[in-house]
Amino acid sequence: MPDPILELKNLQTHFPVRRGFVVRHGAGTVKAVDGVSLAVQRGEVLGLVGESGCGKSTLARTILGLVPATAGVVVLEGRNLTAAGPAAWREARRGAQMVFQDPYASLNPRMTVFAALAEPMLVHRVCARAEVPGRVAGLMELVGLAPRFANKYPHEFSGGQRQRIAVARALALQPRLVLADEPVSALDVSVQAQILNLLARLVREMHLSLLFIAHDLSVVKHISDRVAVMYLGKIVELGRAVDVIERPRHPYTRALVSAIPTPDPDAERARQRIVLPGDPPSPLHPPAGCAFHPRCPFAQDKCRHSVPPLTALADGREAACVRIEEI
Amino acid sequence: MPLLAVNDLRTYFHTRSGVHRAVDGISFAVEQGETVGIVGESGSGKSVACYSIMGLVPQPPGRIESGSAIFGGIDLLRCPAAVARSLRGKRIAMIFQDPMTSLNPYLRVSEQLIEPLLIHENASRAAARRRALAMLEAVGLNDAAARIDHYPHEFSGGMRQRVMIAMALITRPELLIADEPTTALDVTVQAQILELIRRLQRETGMAVIFITHDLGVVAGLCDRVLVMYAGRLVESGDLRAVFQQPRHPYTQALQRSIPSLQAKGAELFTIPGLPPDLSRLPPGCAFAPRCVAATARCRAEDPALREIAPRHASACLRVQAGEI
Repeated sequence: MPDPILELKNLQTHFPVRRGFVVRHGAGTVKAVDGVSLAVQRGEVLGLVGESGCGKSTLARTILGLVPATAGVVVLEGRNLTAAGPAAWREARRGAQMVFQDPYASLNPRMTVFAALAEPMLVHRVCARAEVPGRVAGLMELVGLAPRFANKYPHEFSGGQRQRIAVARALALQPRLVLADEPVSALDVSVQAQILNLLARLVREMHLSLLFIAHDLSVVKHISDRVAVMYLGKIVELGRAVDVIERPRHPYTRALVSAIPTPDPDAERARQRIVLPGDPPSPLHPPAGCAFHPRCPFAQDKCRHSVPPLTALADGREAACVRIEEI
Repeated sequence: MPLLAVNDLRTYFHTRSGVHRAVDGISFAVEQGETVGIVGESGSGKSVACYSIMGLVPQPPGRIESGSAIFGGIDLLRCPAAVARSLRGKRIAMIFQDPMTSLNPYLRVSEQLIEPLLIHENASRAAARRRALAMLEAVGLNDAAARIDHYPHEFSGGMRQRVMIAMALITRPELLIADEPTTALDVTVQAQILELIRRLQRETGMAVIFITHDLGVVAGLCDRVLVMYAGRLVESGDLRAVFQQPRHPYTQALQRSIPSLQAKGAELFTIPGLPPDLSRLPPGCAFAPRCVAATARCRAEDPALREIAPRHASACLRVQAGEI
């Protein structure tokens, strides 16, 4: 079994919060990522789901060094990047790239498509200058855009087209791992379908590994081999996509799955909805013990006192709940 | 006698780059106590249609070219401004997608909640405040007494949405128009808000027009569905009829491109092409350029929404002719 392309060991990303204007004093820590361990195998699509504030975007940024990790280990293609300097990160990013959520904000409005796609190739000096136009045309065709549009600016494209440009840009260096941070959330349903099909095809044809971050479970289920569910900086359940989404075990995953509206009137009327009380917690004031206990229908006293570790279950998945076998 | 009857509504925006036909001749009715879902993607005209009914379309550059919207015997599109103001916020209320931009950030929530009562019911501040507190509790905001004097930014997204619902319902309107109220919320919070709307509707008997692009939300909430494309109504009918036997190629295509209905890993169906430029609509059916079943007749003739089965209408010429 070859090594995983990405390995995270107890990764933590904390942001100190300082209050005050003239005299700044510490006012706590936002523990955005609070002990995440997982591995992405080569050629695998790992879906990462969670709601606002769970830390999934911060996790993606930490993996690629856009945000420094506070503790823990990031191993990318066998290289330990925990204490890496800028040169090591630049080298690492030739193999791992990111697609961002907002297709309107992630493309430089003053750069043509050509410039945006050529930039990574020129920065990393992957080929001779003369080869760049050919490669740019190839990338555009790969994502379904006509190469003759290369001299247009982002504002001349629709949201879905801009997201294709973002995907093309991420592929410019032929990475082995792509992190997609909510790549379809800002798009209409029919356009989402196009981008999902594109990503699935690229994974197959280019043998890519993909970390797909989203809040929409049906999208994640469609494209992922395995799924990790995040809550307040920690993974609460991790397993095969079909298992986690069709037979969720952790109380939060069960509520998340239950909350998704399905376009089937009879199923909707018949279903027993789990409606969670309260709001997702603030990472600035995390609850004691298990972060989910204030909203958990199964919470008991012991849940307030200890943080449940991610433990393996009989069917191969992992879940972080001390009561998992009883409920 | 329906609560609201919209007939041939057309709202066009006159801009330098052309006349943008945002709503291009739609007619529908809402009965007392029923929930009608208006489904469509961005640019379909679903929001502009409801803004037109509420008198919230800036004119210029917008203009309500034609049509009527009869509510309680009054044509909302033609009545004097004072009459519209007396209905808006009192008998018809609207909630929006982003509560942070629709709540006034400079005013405490208490001020915003009592405003409709002071204006429409001439209530005293004390009485209005008591009603406001009761309303906040009714929408599930715990410790309402402690929070009622806070500013909007001190609430989370889900709580702000509850505040907006409280504001909208405090005058006990007969019709609530909800414009994508849960689109910007996390899915577990969305479930709470939808449950709240369902409960309040049962308790008050109000009618609801729910605008969304999410077919799943419609399936769980609505009695009837209207599907819009390029400013026109392409299909309408009872919930089960439209979901189980969609009779317009656009509705069928929309259903097929949703991941949850597909076998895992199978390639998702996609609608070829792009949504049309509403200032340069082709003659004939607006969906024809992207329709797998389009014929020459579809590209020439403007289709009208016609009943093709009991309580089920489609604006597809070929469906109407029994060809597909």
